[in-house]
Parts: sequence; structure tokens; C-alpha cells
Amino acid sequence: MNDETLKKSIKRSDDNKIIEIIGMHKWFGDLHVLDNICLTVYKGERIVICGPSGSGKSTLIRCINRLEELHQGKIVVDGTELTNNLKNVEKIREEVGMVFQHFNLFPHLTIIENLTLGPIWVRKVPKKEAEEMAMVYLKKVHIEDQAKKYPGQLSGGQQQRVAIARSLCMKPKIMLFDEPTSALDPEMVKEVLDVMINLAEDGMTMIVVSHEMGFAKSVAHRVMFMDFGRIVEENTPQEFFDQPQHDRTKLFLSQILN
Amino acid sequence: MDRSRAPVIRVGAWQWLKSNLFNSAFNTVATILVCVFLYKVIPPFVKWAFIDSLWFSTADQCRAGIGACWSIIPANIRFIIFGFYPYELHWRPAIAMFVLIGLLFYSKNRNHWNKSLGYVWIAGLTIMGILMRGGLFGLTSVESDQWGGLPLTLMLSVFGMFAAYPLGILLALGRRSKMPAIKTLCILYIELIRGVPLISLLFMSAVLFPLFLPTGLTVNKIIRAQAAIILFTAAYIAEVVRGGLQAISRGQYEAAESLGLNYVQKMRLVVLPQALKIVIPPTVGILISAFKDTSLVVIIALYDILKTTRSVLGNPSWMGFSPEAYIFLALLYFVCCYAMSNYSRRLEKELHS
Repeated sequence: MNDETLKKSIKRSDDNKIIEIIGMHKWFGDLHVLDNICLTVYKGERIVICGPSGSGKSTLIRCINRLEELHQGKIVVDGTELTNNLKNVEKIREEVGMVFQHFNLFPHLTIIENLTLGPIWVRKVPKKEAEEMAMVYLKKVHIEDQAKKYPGQLSGGQQQRVAIARSLCMKPKIMLFDEPTSALDPEMVKEVLDVMINLAEDGMTMIVVSHEMGFAKSVAHRVMFMDFGRIVEENTPQEFFDQPQHDRTKLFLSQILN
Repeated sequence: MDRSRAPVIRVGAWQWLKSNLFNSAFNTVATILVCVFLYKVIPPFVKWAFIDSLWFSTADQCRAGIGACWSIIPANIRFIIFGFYPYELHWRPAIAMFVLIGLLFYSKNRNHWNKSLGYVWIAGLTIMGILMRGGLFGLTSVESDQWGGLPLTLMLSVFGMFAAYPLGILLALGRRSKMPAIKTLCILYIELIRGVPLISLLFMSAVLFPLFLPTGLTVNKIIRAQAAIILFTAAYIAEVVRGGLQAISRGQYEAAESLGLNYVQKMRLVVLPQALKIVIPPTVGILISAFKDTSLVVIIALYDILKTTRSVLGNPSWMGFSPEAYIFLALLYFVCCYAMSNYSRRLEKELHS
């Protein structure tokens, strides 16, 4: 691993902002699932969000590309405010890649077709060019020899790496990861994390919902802990793991690390 | 013992009989009864249908014989197939029919599913239209009320299916739409049509519909019947397709959305290909029953192939040979329906990934 690039600190200035969330609230029925979330993410920053299930961490990142609607507050992504305007939403989704817990590859398309779908139809890249680009990304995630297969023929770890490559093919400015390793067999977790670490070394802006604390320690600039829809604590990984401030964080960490 | 594969258990014919047909008192009795029944039914049928039967004779010779009189088919085949279409012009609907069947065969191959297929169909349909109607290129004009028989049945069913399928998909998408007006409209349409038998729709198209048209304007009866069949079939297709759409997981929609695909792209490229594949079996069921339901147009006095056959039976000299005529008709319908279900099975296998 290239520690140099990973340790490089992030320029936290107004002109370097890429995501700005101000006073975001969301309810599922009576459940206040996001409670006054404020979060600014800077270009190249890597954030890991952890917390118990139901704490709103997935919902938070799903709001960033409008898979969930917020009820109050404001989100600005790459200078565009998320509104009900469909064009804005589609524009933001082009710039924001997302990797899901359950991969969500398109089972009726081959791996290469999965990768080229977005570039061809959304970015209007010629087919041949899109395929060449797809092969580059498949090499990057070490599965170039599976290009002609269907997702169902691949292992979970391979599928998740394809899913990452599929998002990368859109050349996104931000990558969101929604528990990317939770549905994997233990021995496949590493191959996916390795791909994510490579991505981090390339300077990608990443928001990762995950309980992979090793990954958080070595890659994240900031680690956040969420509970009951609030960001309870956020800090640099070192501070976060060595000196957690809140009791709830301490309890959570003691349970997850042992 | 070789443990690398499952052991093969061999059974002899007697063993098989014993374990499958005579393994209990009840099964033994059932087996014997069925054998007796088959013995009583099959030899007489074979005798009637093949041994004593007449294939190319006059009606009088038939009456003298004791077997099946298949002669009713060849003797009347041109009327059965072409109905009241002018006798000397039968070659025109014949060619039109072959063009249609050719189009279907051409479209069967998935390698042909591209843009040019549309042009092929437009060309084919134009040729068919000109042949059937005439009035162009020195062809005698034939009014559509003289159309009938097999060409009519095929046209009603092929066009019915091809128009009902996309319409059904749109209705299914509409019913799942988030826009209340579209959703309500689609639900209303689907439920109203499904709540009414096809016969009454055909009656409405034949009797009621012309009353609402301004005087002087008439819509061809065949087109009205065609429209009724399309509207009816589409409602059923819509519900089947909706079932398929519901089987697609939320994750597929989200993955498509997160790539930035818009609604049309998401549906066309990701959701529908999967949903439609899932519902191939029930869809083909509906298409097959739509094909058979075209015979109901007889009640608005259209001469489809069932009606032309019955007319032959109304002819005094051929009266009384209805089993033969209906068996022939049944075979004809069976061949078409079997071809459809066979094709759907092959398509399912090809699309299986």
C-alpha cells in the first residue's frame, strides 16, 4: 500500500467542497431516521460511517444520490442542489457511483454489458470505446477474464468487484459504498477491500458505510459513528479508535472489536 | 465402490411395471380399467378414421361407406380456407398468408431482432394489404366483407397479439406509475375490460360503437373486431406483465437509477427484459387463448375459419360429417397453438442465463 498518498491530508476549504448537507431530516412513518444531519465532504476525502443497524447510516448515503428523498434540509452535490427536478437528480447520479450490499448486478447482461450500460446510454460513449474502458476497469479489479460471463456465474466477491468496476466506468467524482462487504463470505472480504484501497490510493472521494474497522483505520480521513439518526461522534480514525468520546461509541467499539 | 458419482440403479421392464403400475391394489385395478378402456376405444377409432375412411370421394360415396368421410375437407378446402373471397382470386389471400407466415418465421430468429425487422414487417404488411384489398397495380378490388377463412383468423390473431403485447406492457407500467391520474386510468381500463366477456366487447364494437360515430363515417367491421380483440387481450397481458415487474427486486431499480439511467432507459434496458422473461409462460397462455378466441368473431358475422367450416356443414350434401370437419379444424388450431408454445419454450431456454 502506498502510505504516502493515503496519509496526504485533505484541503478543507470552501472551494474544495464536493458534498454539503445542511440540516437534513427524514422520517420513515413515525421513525425519525435522520435527525438534523450536517456534513461537509471535501474532494478526495474518505469517510467511513459506522453504527448499529437502523441508525440511519445507509439512509444517509442513499439520500446523497436521491435513492431516498429527504424531508427537510438541503444537499448540494458537486455544485448542484438536489431538488425534485429530475434532470438535476440524473445529473448528480452520473457523478455519484454507488456500490450496494447485495451487488445488484443486472443478471440478464454479461459482465462487460453491465459495465458498458451506463457509459453507452447515459454518457453516450461509442460502444467500442466503452468496452475498451470497461476492460481497463475489469483489469483494475482483477477479473478481466470473466468479461463474457453472466453475474450468476461469479462468486460474491467477484460480483462485488464487478459492481465497483461498473460504477467506476461512469467516471464518478464520488463513490458511495453501502456495506459493500457485509453480504460476502469472510474469505472474499479482503479481495473487495483491496480494490477499495486501490481506489483510495487513486484519490477517489469515498463515503463508506462499513464495519470493517481495519479498513477505516488505514484508509479513512474521518470516521463517524451514527445512532438514532444522529451523527454521535466524528473524528480522525486515530482519535476515534484510541479515545472515543461518547459512551455509546465506546460500547459499540468494544462490541465490534472483540 | 466408486464414490465419484451417484450410483446408477437399473430396473428391468417387469420391475418398472411392478413398481409403477401394479404397486398397490388400487393402482392394479386402475391400470386394468384403463387398459380395457383403451382397448375398447382405440381400435374402433383407428378403423373408423383410417381403415374404413374415404379421403377423396363424393358425398354420396361417403354416405354409402361406414368409415370417416375426410373427403369433406379436400372437396371444400378452398371455401374453408378462403371463405367468400372471389374464387378466381384465391391466389391473392394465399400469397398474403404465406407472406405473413414467412414474416413470423423470419421474426422467430433472435438474430433478426433489430431495426431492419421493423422495415421487413412494414414491407410485408404493405404487400399483404395490397394483395388482400386490391385496387392497385391492376388488381381487382375486393371489399373486406368478402374476406374470410384462414387469412382472416391469422390476421386477427397475429395483429391482435402484436398490438396487444406492447399495449399491455404500457398499461402495466401505467398501473405501477407514481402519477395518480395515469395509475387510475390504467386500473380503470384493466378492471373494466377484464370484467366484461370478449363476446360483449365484440357486440359493442359491432353494434354500439357505430352509433357514436358521426353519420357518414364508418369504420370497417374487421378493424372494429380487431380493436376489440386488441383491447381485450391487452388488459390481460397488462396484469401478467405487472406480476413480472413486481418480481424484480428494488435493488435492480436502484442500481439502474444510481447509474443515472432515466425512467425509459431503466425500464427498457434493465427491468423489462428481466420481467418479460419471467412471465413468458403466462403470456404465451394468454396469446394462445387470444388466438382461439378470434373464433368468437363469428357472432358479429365475420367468416373466420370456424364459420366457413360450419357453413360447409350447412350444405345439404355434406351435412352430418361434422366430426370429420371439426377434427380437421381442431388439428389446424392445435398446430398453430403448439407451434406457439414450442417457440416460447425455446425462447425461454435461449434467454436463460
